[in-house]
Amino acid sequence: MSDVVEAIRRAIPGAEVERIENPGPSGQHSLLLGHGTARAVAEFLRDGQGWDFCSNVSGVDWPARKVKETLVRKDVVDGVEKEVKETVEREEPGYLEAVYHLYSVAGKSGPLVLRMRTPDRAGAAAVPSLTPVWKSAEFQEREAFDLFGIRFDGHPDLRRILMWEGFEDFPMRKDYVAPDDCEYEPTPHDAVLERVNARKEPA
Amino acid sequence: MLDEALQSELQKRGIFVTSLDEIYNWGRKNSLWPLQFGLACCAIEMIAAAAARFDMARFGAEVFRPSPRQADLMIIAGTVTKKMAPLVVRLFNQMPEPKYVIAMGACAISGGPFKEGYNVLKGIDRYIPVDVAIPGCPPRPEALLEGLIKLQEKIAGQRLIGPGRARHADAGDAADYPVPEYGAHDLVPPFNPEVFAPDPPRRAGA
Repeated sequence: MSDVVEAIRRAIPGAEVERIENPGPSGQHSLLLGHGTARAVAEFLRDGQGWDFCSNVSGVDWPARKVKETLVRKDVVDGVEKEVKETVEREEPGYLEAVYHLYSVAGKSGPLVLRMRTPDRAGAAAVPSLTPVWKSAEFQEREAFDLFGIRFDGHPDLRRILMWEGFEDFPMRKDYVAPDDCEYEPTPHDAVLERVNARKEPA
Repeated sequence: MLDEALQSELQKRGIFVTSLDEIYNWGRKNSLWPLQFGLACCAIEMIAAAAARFDMARFGAEVFRPSPRQADLMIIAGTVTKKMAPLVVRLFNQMPEPKYVIAMGACAISGGPFKEGYNVLKGIDRYIPVDVAIPGCPPRPEALLEGLIKLQEKIAGQRLIGPGRARHADAGDAADYPVPEYGAHDLVPPFNPEVFAPDPPRRAGA
């Protein structure tokens, strides 16, 4: 993985590539690409490194979250210098992420995982499209656009693919609320019970 | 209706007596022409039911028609997505009366395992009247044949005149079912109140 990063940096000066560690047992690390050089990096990976097959494109929704950090600073309390712990809560903005899994059929290796992140989760959230590099990404990018609302700049035909034209929501986002048109089970409990109780009486 | 003992006694003497209802229903229940379409995995079981091993031809329902104009039985075989639902309702409207609907499998009945999803219709009975529902995921071909036999029994019991007569015999009742439209968040309307009355949701302690 690190040799791939080095090869990219050697081939493309100024390439925005960052290695993201996966601390889990799979150890499947990934590369975070910056928007400006993503296309050039992808072309280099395909032509120079033999990653000739884009297996799938996924979307990930990372909503805004609160992070608690404990800061330790030295302070003078009653004339004695002490270490004071301070908990600071800050809000980390949310973003959307497109994840590409690449394989090399020629080199019989893979997957190489690429990530690209949007600046925010608003309607204008966009990443550059890699469909011009790997044609197989076309429908999958459309799916990520349909379900997550990630816009892919440079996609040849960016339309909804599963939901209908005129549908406004992005159903796979964490904050999606499905229409309340379900008759619930006879003995609702837990989250379903809350929804049943919250439901308005029919007029 | 005829006295069954008398009918049987006459038959023994070589005289067959029947009513118009009975012979008309006997004819149409044994020549149901299903509409040839499948929506998901249940369609595979429907195909198996039509093929040689299970042989739906034994029950007179082997003539799958690729046009709704020539079909009188709609087998909803599979998951009806919200994107597909208006097309299914339109196909049903295009079928001539008398027409019947079999909802085959959990998805067609209620949405099945996808009930709480965002793009699956929670049962086709929200838009069109369903005559027979066959549970299963998917139902085996025997179950489809059983459902077909149940539908035949239902057709055999339909009256053609008088109150409670079959829908197609009631000029006032035969009508198009409204085709739902794609809305911004859901189908509009979410169900047809003329055919679907949901149970009010039950509350804790109710």
